[in-house]
Amino acid sequence: MATSAKMSTPRRAKHVQISSLLASAPMAIVAIGVFVVCVGYSVVLSFTKSRLFPNFNWVGLDQYERLWGTSRWVVSVENLLVYGVLFIALCLISGFFMAVFLDQKVRFESGFRTLFLYPYAMSLVVTGLVWQWMMEPSLGIQNVVQRMGWESFEFAPLVSSEYAIYGVLIAAVWQSSGLVMALMLAGLRGIDGEIWKASRVDGIPTWKTYLFIVLPMMRPVMITSVVLLAVGVVRVYDLIVAQTGGGPGMSTEMPAKFVIDHITARGNVGLGMAAATMMLLPVLLVIGPWIYREYVRPTKH
Amino acid sequence: MMGKKLFTATLGAGVMSFSVQAADLEVIHWWTSGGEQKAVTVLAEEFNKLGKDKWIDTAVALGENARSLTMQRILGGDAPGAAQFNTSRQFEELIEEGLLLDLSPVAEKEGWTDFIRPSSILNPCMKDGGIYCVPVNIHSAQWLWTNKQVFADSGVKEPHTWEEFLAAAPKIQAAGYIPLAFGGQGWQERHVFDVVLIGVTDEAFWNRLWKEKSVDAAGSEQMRKVFETFGALRQFTDTGAPGRNWNDATNMVITGKAAAQVMGDWARGEFAAAGKVAEVDYGCIPGPSQRPYLTLGGDAFIFPKSSDKSLEAAQMKLASMMLSPVIQAKFNNTKGSLPVRADVDLTVADACMKKGLALLDDPKASITPANAYITEDTNGQIQDLVSTFWNEPSMSVDSALSVFKGIIEDAE
Repeated sequence: MATSAKMSTPRRAKHVQISSLLASAPMAIVAIGVFVVCVGYSVVLSFTKSRLFPNFNWVGLDQYERLWGTSRWVVSVENLLVYGVLFIALCLISGFFMAVFLDQKVRFESGFRTLFLYPYAMSLVVTGLVWQWMMEPSLGIQNVVQRMGWESFEFAPLVSSEYAIYGVLIAAVWQSSGLVMALMLAGLRGIDGEIWKASRVDGIPTWKTYLFIVLPMMRPVMITSVVLLAVGVVRVYDLIVAQTGGGPGMSTEMPAKFVIDHITARGNVGLGMAAATMMLLPVLLVIGPWIYREYVRPTKH
Repeated sequence: MMGKKLFTATLGAGVMSFSVQAADLEVIHWWTSGGEQKAVTVLAEEFNKLGKDKWIDTAVALGENARSLTMQRILGGDAPGAAQFNTSRQFEELIEEGLLLDLSPVAEKEGWTDFIRPSSILNPCMKDGGIYCVPVNIHSAQWLWTNKQVFADSGVKEPHTWEEFLAAAPKIQAAGYIPLAFGGQGWQERHVFDVVLIGVTDEAFWNRLWKEKSVDAAGSEQMRKVFETFGALRQFTDTGAPGRNWNDATNMVITGKAAAQVMGDWARGEFAAAGKVAEVDYGCIPGPSQRPYLTLGGDAFIFPKSSDKSLEAAQMKLASMMLSPVIQAKFNNTKGSLPVRADVDLTVADACMKKGLALLDDPKASITPANAYITEDTNGQIQDLVSTFWNEPSMSVDSALSVFKGIIEDAE
């Protein structure tokens, strides 16, 4: 348009700013309204004696005292740590290997890609149920292998309180490593072909190129993967409910399940909110320093 | 598709006449096993026969899951038409907050307080002169279901106390059977614990512990014996128990893999559905305990308040139907439970149901379930403890006792 061509640059910039502000307003309102207000409300409730319904009978830190004196909560936190570390590590490793495999220009690549990514399309509830059946001692894998003649074969982690968490882990890794594969494959495809040519000229073995040259170049992809996986770890709930129900005993209980059980069936919102607040803390501990580094520190100099 | 059709049908009916407006009444329940499904179908079909209102079935596996769903739906403003709970304190806060429909108009007209027995079944429904739930059945929890053939093959008599059971179990194991069919889910572990508790102690102890929340009782020698007996049962279950559903465990008794199962009288429905004959193929022993005690709990339906008049009418209709003598007989015969009114036709009752009815008439035999006295919060803490104790044999009886004592101390 003729008028816009005459517009001075600063005014145009302002115009863009307003429209982008308008466009992001709904998201900002939701973010502030839902996240900040609701999170604040949860924290407030954690200092009250709320049962099924929120109330404001202040009890100070009583709920936190009870929380950390509750063995189920302590076990949940330990489970989350073990599960979280192993889950992220195993997903990264298996996802990377699958991506490297597909990167070899194999035949039926798109077929394999679908196969690897397929589990990710499944709901965690379905995943949990399928693996529960496969790990059932009298019907699942153990039974099949034993009937083929290997009598002493044992594979039923879910019935032992010592190994059940690893049974859950297998299902979770199976479900999520496809996603890491997809991200990693995109990363690998983004690596400049010249680098491969150069390393081939220098006579560096392929595995060394992958490990020492390509992998460090994929740092952004790795960070994205870790963030996505970490989000999955903190909110792990449906997989547990479908696969083990938190059992045997409390061996697969998770913090998210603790929160939901207490604010619904057990009618103890106060305790549930104290647990939810404890789940928020590590997130803040990670995000806090990051915000400081990204936004606060640069303005100082 | 279905929903759209229904919507159009409802709309059509509404245009023709305002008086025949029909409602879709969604019912949340946890009756998912074979026998239970047959029973809930009785209710659904009979309700649909009554008129244009329609029963929309939402079955959720496991009581605790179904109850959480109901709570979330009610709190979230998307309440179902009706929902199942246990006859207990599970829904008292919903009543206090005024979220449930007061059924007194129907209850007074039909005289519920006159025919529902025992009174402990209706008590949790009543608050400040209103009636907020409909008890549909009486369940007794303390039963040992046995496979007669397995006991005959093992050469042991059916046990009537826990001591007898522990003495017989090694012989059953030696004969190649699993002595105790067990479902390793939190509520089932807790269930067996309660049965052992009343089997090892007595009514007076039970009331001191749950009703008076006596800390002395919680830390007593009797309680120690309860934990010891309960722990001794571990060795007589199989490795596949964790996570197993109760009806799968019942099936192990039905098919002769296991000798016995501790389960409430709802297991009778599974035996019946499998075509087994009471006291011929399978036995039912109240207890095991020196003197038979039955905790009388049951299932009750609550009806969340709604602004929709046609839904409210449908809710009242369903509430009334659930208590009619014909439905009580039909439903409870299928379900394996006892009717909440005495004046129903029970000619088809089998030997096990008759045993239960006889005990129901003995006022000394019936006791009130623990969850009528303690909150779901306390109940959950005990379930966590029992579940940990069962699954971690390394946990000593001493530490279990001290945790138990602490829970009773804090109980409201």
